[in-house]
Amino acid sequence: MLTAPRKLGLVFFPAFDWAISPTHPEREERLLYTQDQVFEEGVLDIEGIEEFKPDLATMQDLRRVHFCAPDEWSVVTESHLISAGGAKTIAMSVLDRKVDRGLALVRPPGHHAMRVVHGARGFCNINIEAMMVEFLRDAYKIDRVAIVDTDCHHGDGTQDIYWHDPDTLYISLHQDGRTLYPGTGFPHELGGPTAVGSTINIPLLPRTSKEGFLQVIDGIVLPILKEFQPELVVNSAGQDNHYTDPITNMNFCAQGYAQLTERLDADIAVLEGGYSIEGALPYVNLGIILAMAGLDYHTVREPDYDPVKIRQSEDTTQYIDSLVGKVIEYWRECPDILEKNRNTKKFDERERTIFYDTDNILENQRERIRVCRDCSGVLSVDSLTDRGYHIFAVHVPRKACKACQELGREWFETANLRSYDRVFLQDRLEREYLIRKR
Amino acid sequence: MIIGLDVGGTHTDVVLLGEEGVLRQVKVPTNPANLLDTVWTGLQEVKAGIHPKELDRIVLSTTLTTNAIVEGKLVPVGVIVSSGPGIDPEAFRIGDHYHVISGSIDHRGREIQPINVSEIESITSRLKKQGVRYVAVVSKFSVRNPKHELQIQETLGDDFEFVVLGHRISGNLNFPRRIATAYLNAAVYPIHKRFFNAVRQSLSTDGLAIPIHVLKADGGTMNMDASLQYPGQSILSGPAASVMGSLPFVQDAEETLVLDVGGTTTDMAVLIRDAPLLDPVGIEVARYRTLIRSLKTVSIGMGGDSAVSVAGGGLRVGPERMGRAMAYGGSVPTPTDALFVLAKDDRGDVDAARRGLEPIAAALGKSLEETAQLVFDTACHRILQAAHQMIQEINGKPVYTVHELLEGYKVNPKSILVLGGPAPFVASRLRELSDYKVRTVPRWEVANAVGAAIARTTCELTLFADTERGIATAPEEDFYQPVKSDFTMEKAVALAKELLRDKALREGADPDDLEMEIIEQQQFNMVRGFYTTGRNLRVKVQVKPGLIRHSRTITQKLNEDLTAAGTGTTGVAG
Ligand SMILES: [Zn+2]
Ligand SMILES: [Zn+2]
Ligand SMILES: [Zn+2]
Repeated sequence: MLTAPRKLGLVFFPAFDWAISPTHPEREERLLYTQDQVFEEGVLDIEGIEEFKPDLATMQDLRRVHFCAPDEWSVVTESHLISAGGAKTIAMSVLDRKVDRGLALVRPPGHHAMRVVHGARGFCNINIEAMMVEFLRDAYKIDRVAIVDTDCHHGDGTQDIYWHDPDTLYISLHQDGRTLYPGTGFPHELGGPTAVGSTINIPLLPRTSKEGFLQVIDGIVLPILKEFQPELVVNSAGQDNHYTDPITNMNFCAQGYAQLTERLDADIAVLEGGYSIEGALPYVNLGIILAMAGLDYHTVREPDYDPVKIRQSEDTTQYIDSLVGKVIEYWRECPDILEKNRNTKKFDERERTIFYDTDNILENQRERIRVCRDCSGVLSVDSLTDRGYHIFAVHVPRKACKACQELGREWFETANLRSYDRVFLQDRLEREYLIRKR
Repeated sequence: MIIGLDVGGTHTDVVLLGEEGVLRQVKVPTNPANLLDTVWTGLQEVKAGIHPKELDRIVLSTTLTTNAIVEGKLVPVGVIVSSGPGIDPEAFRIGDHYHVISGSIDHRGREIQPINVSEIESITSRLKKQGVRYVAVVSKFSVRNPKHELQIQETLGDDFEFVVLGHRISGNLNFPRRIATAYLNAAVYPIHKRFFNAVRQSLSTDGLAIPIHVLKADGGTMNMDASLQYPGQSILSGPAASVMGSLPFVQDAEETLVLDVGGTTTDMAVLIRDAPLLDPVGIEVARYRTLIRSLKTVSIGMGGDSAVSVAGGGLRVGPERMGRAMAYGGSVPTPTDALFVLAKDDRGDVDAARRGLEPIAAALGKSLEETAQLVFDTACHRILQAAHQMIQEINGKPVYTVHELLEGYKVNPKSILVLGGPAPFVASRLRELSDYKVRTVPRWEVANAVGAAIARTTCELTLFADTERGIATAPEEDFYQPVKSDFTMEKAVALAKELLRDKALREGADPDDLEMEIIEQQQFNMVRGFYTTGRNLRVKVQVKPGLIRHSRTITQKLNEDLTAAGTGTTGVAG
């Protein structure tokens, strides 16, 4: 009988009765063949691999992270709460030391869901990793967390939620935004004025293969992780970099995913995308499970695997050489930029247009942050959709100073309800989540 | 009339059942070195003076195959596996003749790599040279397409006495368990065959050419022909016998915990109304995890003969057994001895029991009676604790749909049925120690043999259809049929039930006694590039584990015994 050198907790929730629509990539069938492979391989019989039943996430879990408009139940289904709950279950199993590592193979995914939620973006409604992390911060006093997003799409939702948080390192590797949804995630995107350097973006050229991914892991991700010293490393484990994925253009493979997983050595991995449900998912998921459990994975490969056919071009290798240098160089400058921001700015603003591709909503946002010397700064978001729904939301950060907290409270109290449908307060310091309605 | 026989670790119980209930009951000591002799003695005693024509059938539950596995007395088996991508099949190496060959089939049942016939030919000649006569053939995903296993079997030719094919064992996915199960079926085949042929021959020399059935771990029976095909299914049928023996005494619409308190262990199971809960994957025996269908049972090392000792200043009861109770001539004190000290039992040497517990009492600084009570209570608490844990484990089982998670059915038994040697004493103490409604099973001493006698023939069947590939297959039955895109779930269920019926009848079921039910039913639309290209259908059906129809008069009679004995707590059957 196989024994895992490292105890692995597994939450497997394929949501066999939930789909965005019958022919959508995010449909009932998505984890079916993964389940077949996992069952047939006898993975759940391996000594040291334990399967947990997912908990349901709560409204409180949701409110720590999101401003849902008009309200929570308009943007989530039970399936979302189980998916987020599954991530939470697996995180608890790790922090309670029932297991050494945890993997949540759940659906639907969440990394395109931003702080403000009017609907679904890129198959995501709520951010399951962020909900998990903020739950852990409240329940387990976890402070510094690194999220490494290996999904093929830029995790713009997770980036948005942690844009201003210096204690959450968000590193995303993804197919270059000029060639793929959502079109963001360039190396100069490094985080908000008080958190510069806690966001790292690594755009990769289409048809990057195993060598390129591993080079980026070794050259950028691991050194930055080492310096950041997180208490917890989370892998947003999207599997759509696979050479057979129907909605992306990369050349990654099951062996590559397993090796990446082994090197990254995340405490917790949560499934994100991955839509090659037959040709990739069964093998990639198996490779990841074995790698996390410290088991031999060298015989795991796709039936049609041909490393020569998917090898990246010489140009791609050269691009990555220079990318590694560039990203590291940007990142080294971050402490100076941060210091300069604190010395020169009182407030900072940004305006954005956000498109909800799945629900066809256009949102205009004006974000305002106090560039505080004592904390990461209180934040407000003024959000208006093309459907005329208008909200004002205030986020008081977890370690807010007195001044920022008071200012946030004031913003919340004084926001004019004649202009807004809803006014939200997310006071992470007091753990208070309030809504004023018209 | 029916004979039910259950071979236990210490005793072999035999009952003769008729319209009037239990006509005779016999207990003979089990001789592990000669089970045939034990069985034979039991049968002779129970049927003495009965005319052969009056007997309808015999149902046997034996520990023969289980013991062979536990004691490692297995014949050499050639194991031939083909794996393809995934976990290295070397991890599942079993026996001394394990051969990994090329060839692979994927999760949809598509051939990825053909097998190499010359590889198998060379393994065949090697096995022959080594004198191996039993072979297990297993390929990954063979339950989706058995082509490779069948090809290998063909190449092996007629040179082996028994060849087990993985896809015939179970429709469940689990390659490592399929390997272990195929191996065990091959490895116990000769001893199972020898034993049952001997029983059959002995009976026929007595003029008894009556059907012999074998109890399976899932609480159902199969006829001898079927048991020779799948001898592994008789593994660990002991707990199933007790569960089936408890079934007639379940009170409507409730969940019941069944406790069989034996000499060495206490086995526990859960009944949901009159249906025993099945293990979702398969039985685990010795260090082998298998796909052998079985009841969900938990066994703890706590029984009447568990060794009592003092360790670290505290009392220790079990988990090991060091022979019988001192009251019965053993050398180590046990909970059974405690019952003697407490004057709950007097069918043995009370003085020996007192002598046994005296040093324990001295070490604990308590009186002899206090010590005996403590020993007994410790045993009862351990049993309750293990039961609680089992129920939690059942309720913590993962689910895979939103519906299942939200509607999550939770098992919550409120009553306990106790059987086995010390049943009445355990029952009355459990009633005091817990909130359960506790009753003993009438004829608690031989209820297991009764269970074997009245268990109905059961089986399970998995049908898998893939309309994109245009196939419907029931691997266990070697059934393969082309289907068109109009093959619906309704048709799949009808086909599965038809195949199940054939299988059940072949394995000895009564055609009027086939309570079939669907236990799993899943349908997925296969979408490729935004177009639906087919349907993936999975249906699992079973003949429900339960009691034979004409057992009703018998069980009614037993229930009357129960009423006659009041609460049934102290009714001692004679
Ligand atoms: Zn990414
Ligand atoms: Zn993606
Ligand atoms: Zn501040």
